[in-house]
Amino acid sequence: MRVALFITCLADQFYAEAGVAAVRLLRALGVEVDFPRGQTCCGQPAFNAGHWGEARPLAGRTLQIFQEAEHVVLPSGSCASMVKNHYPELFPGSKEVLSLAERTYELSQFLVRVLGVERLGEGLKGKRVAYHHGCHALRELGVREEPLLLLRNAGAELLPWEAAEECCGFGGLFSVKLPEVSLAMADRKLATLPEAEVLTSTDAGCLLHLSGRMARKGVNLRVAPLATLLWEAYAGQG
Amino acid sequence: MQAKARLYPKEAARLLKEKPGVREAVTGATLHFERNRLRAYGEVPIGEWRERAKAVKDHVLSHLDRYLEEAERRLWENGVQVHWAEGPEEAHRVLLEIVRRRGVRRAVKAKSMLTEELGVNPLLESLGVEVLETDLGEYLIQLLGEPPSHIVGPAIHLSLEEIRRLFHGRFGTPLEASPEELAGVARRVLREAFLTADLGISGANFLVAETGTIALMENEGNIRLSTSLPKVHVAFVGIEKLLPRLQDLALFLPLTARAATGQRLSTYVSLIQGPAKAGEEGPEEVHVVLVDGGRTALLADPEAWETLRCLRCGACLNACPVYRQTGGHPYGYVYSGPIGAVLDPGLLSLEEAYPLPYASTLCGACYEACPVKIPIPRLLLTWRHRAVAEGLSPAWEGAAMRAFRKVMESPRLYRLFSRALRGLPLPQDLLPLLRAWTEGRGPVKPSPRPFHELWRELEGEGGR
Repeated sequence: MRVALFITCLADQFYAEAGVAAVRLLRALGVEVDFPRGQTCCGQPAFNAGHWGEARPLAGRTLQIFQEAEHVVLPSGSCASMVKNHYPELFPGSKEVLSLAERTYELSQFLVRVLGVERLGEGLKGKRVAYHHGCHALRELGVREEPLLLLRNAGAELLPWEAAEECCGFGGLFSVKLPEVSLAMADRKLATLPEAEVLTSTDAGCLLHLSGRMARKGVNLRVAPLATLLWEAYAGQG
Repeated sequence: MQAKARLYPKEAARLLKEKPGVREAVTGATLHFERNRLRAYGEVPIGEWRERAKAVKDHVLSHLDRYLEEAERRLWENGVQVHWAEGPEEAHRVLLEIVRRRGVRRAVKAKSMLTEELGVNPLLESLGVEVLETDLGEYLIQLLGEPPSHIVGPAIHLSLEEIRRLFHGRFGTPLEASPEELAGVARRVLREAFLTADLGISGANFLVAETGTIALMENEGNIRLSTSLPKVHVAFVGIEKLLPRLQDLALFLPLTARAATGQRLSTYVSLIQGPAKAGEEGPEEVHVVLVDGGRTALLADPEAWETLRCLRCGACLNACPVYRQTGGHPYGYVYSGPIGAVLDPGLLSLEEAYPLPYASTLCGACYEACPVKIPIPRLLLTWRHRAVAEGLSPAWEGAAMRAFRKVMESPRLYRLFSRALRGLPLPQDLLPLLRAWTEGRGPVKPSPRPFHELWRELEGEGGR
């Protein structure tokens, strides 16, 4: 099986190790990984802000770059949802777009639903993990159980978190258009955060926002993308 | 009501800074409602209920002319006087006529968002009529001179402390009075008003076309008193509130109660079938004012009409993490929260409501909560797209988006940007976007090397 990795611009720049982890993990599971050249951003920031004229060409590029891919896998729920759910709105009636949408997955979703992998190893044994459900992964892609299953089966102790399914307040441009509200939302998440060793999520944007807020508040907690933890689960690092 | 939606971003920031207690009160109350809703939804085949409710509303909205005519006919047959109002002026005229003809000095009012839209209280006051809000929450904010901040819980933003202080100043109750004592004081004041009012005003949760029945839901009993004790009852009904058949109430009453407060049914349901007949007690006159208020125009909008399915249950407000931070006042119009963000542009105009569609992270919690499956996130995107197309978004945003596109369209520029992000000291204090980010979150820290550079080494690792 061959998979084309779509790293997404945020993970490329801010969580490069998540990409490395995803590639190593997929290869270890017997999947060939391509990294199509020329990929940049899926266009989501512009689309969500209403600038569809700027989003369309970026979506069009992405479509071309991944047109030949057997499966497209992203370490990001919201970008995966952009391709799956919103590209068809930007290009109504396009068969190519619908076909790409069908072949696109967030990483944990791909592992569980396509590869049928539920157990990666026990590298997270005893680790206390707080999992933040990125909203688009959770509500647009319906990825709720997959990350939890993989983490739990790797021995992680998933901590109950009252606000686990609440939005962290990032929201792309929302965080700069309504900065005070965005920060208040992050504070609500952090105020209810359990005593964890690591905070993880599918989305680089959420993690950037939450870890930035923790830095400002002097909270010291490891923040790692889900892909990184899944690789640790397999490779037994920690 | 005078709309101040354009001030949303400033007002939201101001409220968070100046009244942090609101955030606490609203978060607590909405989480409570939300937990109740989830439990109440869990007791029934909610997926099926939502689908059926959506289908009924879609049907009635797509044949609205027919159902409105049927409702009007039945209402007249029931002895109800029917009036049509395109907007506030016509609605005011109906009230004006009744106030003059019946010599109304005092009116009691049941909670109704539509009367907020129409500005019924200021009108009556200008006519020298004393109006008392009879919903406890509405009564509290009327005493404070504030508009409602939540569709179902108008005083959700107040703490018990604030209510104690309010009643202490107003009625001399002790500062440590219990909620029961406070409610008792309000009850005495309102009882007296119910018995002496010449006019009762209400909205309607539903209007059944088949039978001309006005359905009202509540928990305090004040709506029943407001609509049955005074000699005249006027109900203001938005034209989207229609249901085809009486049996539809069997779905919509419990669904609305579950969505709004997590109750299986509201404590009181009043089904009003016209004025009192000979030998019965009740109002001599019942009037229904069917109000358009921009709804026909919204119905004709192929991308936004679904907003009109709204039952005004407030479930989306309770589910919304953005609403929880500030409550409803910063939204600047009658309808706040996610539904306000998509309904207000339709009722007011996008220009007047511009910032509201941006008052969301598109997290989708509102859509999950909505009992009639209004696709609020999709509608938010539609209004944003239109705002940009109509040139309402600020110049900096357009420039930033164009620059963003230019960089992302060209792998060469993207690599340059990537190098600049690491190689150059970022002018984090100068770039306004970056500053807005870093002020609350610390400096932006990229990975030592971007993934697209690391890939070359990974390629070398081959299959493993």
